[in-house]
Amino acid sequence: MKKEKIVRYEQKDLPASYTKWSNILLILGLVLGILAYWIDPQRAAFASLIGFMLSVSIGMGAMFLIAIEHASGAIWSVPFRRITEYMTGALYVAPILAVPVIISLFSHHGGIYHWTHTEDVLSDPFLSKKMAYLNTQSFMIRFIAIWLLNVVFKFLMVGSSFKQDKTGGQAISKRNAFWSAIYVAIFAISVTVYAVDFMMSLEPHWFSTMYGVYFFAGTFSTVMAMLTLYVIYFDKNKMLITGIRSDHYYSLGGWMFAFTAFWAYIAFSQFMLIWYANIPEETFWYIPRMEGVWAYVSIGLMLIKFIVPFGLLIQRESKSNPSRLKLAAYWIIGAHVYDLYWLIYPTYSKMVGNVNPIFGWQEIGFIILAVGLMMTSFRMAAKGKNHIPIGDPKLERGLNFHL
Amino acid sequence: MYKDKIYAAAALFNTADGIVEAARKVKAEGYTKFDVNTPYPLHGMDPAMGLKPSKIGYFTMAVGSFFASLMTFFIYWTNSVDYPAIIGGKPFFAFPSYIPVIFEVFILTSAVLSVAMMILFLFKFPNNSHPLHDSAFAKSTSSDRFGIYIEAKDPKFDYDKIVAMFKGLNAEITEPIYYDTEEVTWKPKIWDPKFILGLLFISFVTSASVYVYMNKIIYMSPMNWMMDQPRADYGETSEFFADRMSMRTPPAGTVAQGFMPYKYRGDHLSASENLSNPFTPSKEVLELGQKKFATFCSPCHGDDGVAGRIVGMPGANLTLDMYKEMSDGMLYHIITQGSRAGLMSGLESQITRDERWAIIHFVRVLQNIEQTNDDVAEEDDDMWGDEEDMWGDEEVSTEEVE
Repeated sequence: MKKEKIVRYEQKDLPASYTKWSNILLILGLVLGILAYWIDPQRAAFASLIGFMLSVSIGMGAMFLIAIEHASGAIWSVPFRRITEYMTGALYVAPILAVPVIISLFSHHGGIYHWTHTEDVLSDPFLSKKMAYLNTQSFMIRFIAIWLLNVVFKFLMVGSSFKQDKTGGQAISKRNAFWSAIYVAIFAISVTVYAVDFMMSLEPHWFSTMYGVYFFAGTFSTVMAMLTLYVIYFDKNKMLITGIRSDHYYSLGGWMFAFTAFWAYIAFSQFMLIWYANIPEETFWYIPRMEGVWAYVSIGLMLIKFIVPFGLLIQRESKSNPSRLKLAAYWIIGAHVYDLYWLIYPTYSKMVGNVNPIFGWQEIGFIILAVGLMMTSFRMAAKGKNHIPIGDPKLERGLNFHL
Repeated sequence: MYKDKIYAAAALFNTADGIVEAARKVKAEGYTKFDVNTPYPLHGMDPAMGLKPSKIGYFTMAVGSFFASLMTFFIYWTNSVDYPAIIGGKPFFAFPSYIPVIFEVFILTSAVLSVAMMILFLFKFPNNSHPLHDSAFAKSTSSDRFGIYIEAKDPKFDYDKIVAMFKGLNAEITEPIYYDTEEVTWKPKIWDPKFILGLLFISFVTSASVYVYMNKIIYMSPMNWMMDQPRADYGETSEFFADRMSMRTPPAGTVAQGFMPYKYRGDHLSASENLSNPFTPSKEVLELGQKKFATFCSPCHGDDGVAGRIVGMPGANLTLDMYKEMSDGMLYHIITQGSRAGLMSGLESQITRDERWAIIHFVRVLQNIEQTNDDVAEEDDDMWGDEEDMWGDEEVSTEEVE
């Protein structure tokens, strides 16, 4: 008996208000960003580093999410896998945000990385040993190679998913699972290398083997939060077929909750081991963050990134309540930006000789620019596409997903 | 079986869909005291039965939080109040290092106590029977059937009506479940000898096995490897170090435990200025001072601080104005380091810090005794009588002090 295909789907574009807002944010961000760069290129480089790492979080994190969904044969997330696929467009905007950082690598004055000053490095016994890794050429090679590798896998995994809309069948799913399994390993290296190169090397004397995992924990919860926001938005605008069940929402909320706790676990482990061992070459990274106003910023990080989202999501009911999820998702994305600021900005304060945290319109401008660019890339990726992977054999089971 | 008292009306179904449908129907008919037993969890059963999310999470949270705070207080009290010890150069209240322990206590107590409370309150421990036990219904639902039952406690309970409804739902078997005889006649009694004996037996086995483990097993081979590790005994030749010394020179600036370094070494002026006696001259302090003075000071300074009463006593007369005017800090410095002239050597190694301060209090007492005697001497005209009085006075005063 031949089974009738039940999925009937009419393509619908994103609402006009989305286009309007993405354009407003993009233009505002561009104006503020260019102005900030014109006034102070060094500060602009630090500010754009926050935006860059945010776009890396979203882009690579979305790739990773697709990869584990394919590799594990996930069913629950199939109805909105397209949204994750559109989110990988953030990979394309990441190099734009990296421009001020890359320029600062080659400028002799006002660079943001201490290790680019060759004369200082040669007179420093530690940095001269690290020169084999931390030098401008190998930095650029790693940056470009990893970005290209990610883009290639984006074509392999996301491109074939669109092809499946026409062909259907199991063959493409199987091939995706194969590439995904490889990508998971590549993702681990990519995220670690980007976190180490762009953020940890701001303090080139310091090192922590937890750093990559720390960044990954924030990355994954941010991607989950972004996906939740888009799912709620798509569902509200009736762009998905049958709507999203509370079981789907529960899973999204569960992931956000899990990775909020995972981040706290990693962040605390890193802190406690360094605090307890009390070795000067490790503690000097934490000391500026525990003195003066920065101490309040650090306590704030604990509250904002762990305690508040933990409290927002701990109840079972709140994980399947879209309005609560929306609040938690916005909060988690904001907390990730706060976390990036906490990771990056003490170096800038030290560089300009100010003990207090520095935050102004320049930072806000680059964050707006990053959000605007990502929204635009999402809109361009979603234009004229099916928002549901109608060719995926798992779609029907995904729509009827029960916990 | 106690045929008079019915517990529930039960039905067995063959399919998962059938039981979900039955649960939905029972819920729709308005029954409240019913439950479903299935061999494995079924999707959609919770909404079909109209179950609300379990409230056990709140209980777990409360219990866990309570014990975690208790643990926080316990660590604080042991490490910072009762027996403060510096560990790894950390403050007495080293909170970050306590977090893992507090976290584990939270998990352990909330999990264990949730189960314990469930057994105590919901199963009414030590009661261990239930009407469903040993019934054909329970045996079927734990292997290959899906069962539903409506309790007789339900306000709408009517056996025939329920059986008719189950039949209408295509139930395979419908049957009544009766209370066990034991169940009906049983009264909860915590002093049941069997129960108490059981508890005693468990505690005996637990204690005995802990005793055997802690006193016998860990001393047996191969569990005793930790005691047989290579180590250097005091004074032994070392094969490991090039200089063949097993005792190593500690790094510069090392302070031995219990030995506070003396800050004003060779600097009597600062000692005089900055040090002050931490004790008040209470009875205990003066007694300690007298005892230590008798042991360490009196051979040179005399029992009363007035040296030279016996020929060959080399010490200074402590009742002279020169010594009365000296500050406590200066006296402390001299006891610690010896006199500046070098006639008296330092007694740092023999007398502890507290004892030195106690001696100073006692010396002040001796000095005041002499002062009173001097006053008396000035008033009294009879020189010889004065002498006798002086001796008599001093003995009385000393007794007073004692």
